Amino acid sequence: MDLSCTEEEEAYRARLREWLAATLPGLPERPDPLDWPARRAYDCGWQRRLYDAGYADTHWDASPTQRLVFLEETERAGAPYVGANFVGLLHAGPTIAAEGTDAQRERWLPPVLRGDEVWCQGFSEPDAGSDLASLRTRAVRDGDAYVVTGQKIWTSHAEVADWCELLVRTDPEAPKHQGITWLAMPMDAPGITVRPLRTLAGSTEFAEVFLDEVRVPVANRVGEENDGWRVTMVTLSFERGTAFVGEVVACRRLLGELARTARKNGTWDDPVLRRRLGRLSAEFQALWRLTQANVSEAQATGGVPGAGGSVFKLHYSHARQELYDAAAAVLGPDALDLGREWNLDRLSSLSYTIAAGTSQIQRNIVAERILGLPKGR
Amino acid sequence: MDFRLTEDQRALRRGVRELLGRLFDREALRGAVDEPSLDRGLWRELGDAGFFALRLPEEEGGVGLGLPEAVLVFEEAGRVLLPGPLVATHLAAGAVPGAADGSVVVTSVDEDLVPWLDEADVVLGDVSGAVQVRSVDPLTPLHRVPGTGGATGAAEAALLTAAEQVGSAQATLDTAVSHARARSQFGQVIGGFQAVKHLCAGMLVRTELARAAVWAASVTGDAVEVAGAKLLADDAAVRNARDCLQVHGGMGFTWEADVHLHLKRAWVRAELRMPAARAEEAVAAGL
Repeated sequence: MDLSCTEEEEAYRARLREWLAATLPGLPERPDPLDWPARRAYDCGWQRRLYDAGYADTHWDASPTQRLVFLEETERAGAPYVGANFVGLLHAGPTIAAEGTDAQRERWLPPVLRGDEVWCQGFSEPDAGSDLASLRTRAVRDGDAYVVTGQKIWTSHAEVADWCELLVRTDPEAPKHQGITWLAMPMDAPGITVRPLRTLAGSTEFAEVFLDEVRVPVANRVGEENDGWRVTMVTLSFERGTAFVGEVVACRRLLGELARTARKNGTWDDPVLRRRLGRLSAEFQALWRLTQANVSEAQATGGVPGAGGSVFKLHYSHARQELYDAAAAVLGPDALDLGREWNLDRLSSLSYTIAAGTSQIQRNIVAERILGLPKGR
Repeated sequence: MDFRLTEDQRALRRGVRELLGRLFDREALRGAVDEPSLDRGLWRELGDAGFFALRLPEEEGGVGLGLPEAVLVFEEAGRVLLPGPLVATHLAAGAVPGAADGSVVVTSVDEDLVPWLDEADVVLGDVSGAVQVRSVDPLTPLHRVPGTGGATGAAEAALLTAAEQVGSAQATLDTAVSHARARSQFGQVIGGFQAVKHLCAGMLVRTELARAAVWAASVTGDAVEVAGAKLLADDAAVRNARDCLQVHGGMGFTWEADVHLHLKRAWVRAELRMPAARAEEAVAAGL
């Protein structure tokens, strides 16, 4: 039970802090959230700065503890998020690093680290959501290419992405988990149509992607043909691991802001609301500690985070929704004004119990993989 | 940073689990429920094993360990529902003669309640006007004292109580899961039904969250963190016991099943040593 940082980690933290203090004031203004090309340029510019300063591969090469320090400090300093680089840095990148050939790593990883190329994710389909393995987008081998036809949905950053990590069915006869293949699809290939989807928050955060006989070179396959499900599980376990560290730090900061606002507008005098904020603060403090526990475990077992990430996500996603409900209680009638801060975030937070595995699926994972309860319905 | 237990801490936990399995098994628990009196022999054996002197320096005859180790030991005590004023006696070691070796039983006034008043040799706090109540927990006799509800205990008392709650939450989780894997209805074990499975998953999430909070608070000793840990541990113990009862169906409602003993003790511990209202205020004040 050692929560202290080593001298090396403290030195890393100090260096990073200094760099952030020097760099953040020079960043351009944040782009309009509806302007996707501008968002891409902003996010890639930030990634380039990280690259030039030697921090670009923090998500991959650094020790889990160092990654924790990085996410903690960047969030504390109010640095930009990974944004458009999310899939490249936290999904496709780690998957290619773990499962790709040397040539594939060389082709795809450096541009992600430099902020030159953006990836999107083509996993979910209209009829394959929680039951992802039932996906039906077909890929038929034709010489040195796969010809891909089908439809993907919930694809973030599709409008501005260069590459798509795509799951396709290569063997429709095999059991559903055994006929899937992982491909890197260039988004400028003929036959791809992107139709943005508007979220309940009013913005277009993701898209439908229609694929009509798109040719993807066989050389773009990561892992073996029909082994894509296993390859995918590597990616998903990354997402359920340390991907939310920055958000926990952000929530703890938000709680501080909420308390300040509540003290100013008088709602702090309501003991029910005050106690509600106290309980939420205890929960986010504990979530931070749980993150440290998961990171320690990942560090000791050498990398891929386990089902502990599901335990974390289950509580975190609900707690974060409750946090914005509490924010609305602090704001009172102003909670109905989308021009006020937190209110759009409140709408966005409604996706947290659904995205990256619904809470119901997470409970199945926890019950089956950790508690050893039988699979069943 | 390495939040995991050290080799020594794992060995300590293993050792305490074995010791308590020997000193206070299920038969002993049910025997104590049938005849609730404080077992002096057990108390002495706990003393001999270093339960109370755990954090006293070795030159004072103690074991010389810290709060993180104490938290692990109290977690095990909570798991088996070890009865008696454990926290008060542990905290009195070194200050009250005889507490450290288990020859003296120490209790204290806390939140206008006194557990085990008639059995204790030493009582810390003012018990004038104490009136016995019909305690909800068959294994924790309680007196009420007139007062203003003030807390006498330090943050350490709240933290050790929280550790017991985590142990209890783990015990009811384990019991619920093993029942769900054994009990069959509609031609399959009920643990295969999502409605049951999801209850169990929720129990695990509560336990893990509370344990992370309690362990971290034992390292930092931070008063706000302790208050938050107590809040989450109370929640985990009480709600896990409720869900465990539900998973057991009709059997869960019987005197014979142990789950009601966990629930009732969890209620008592939640009222003592920084109850929810005060804990929430303490954490809010830190915002």
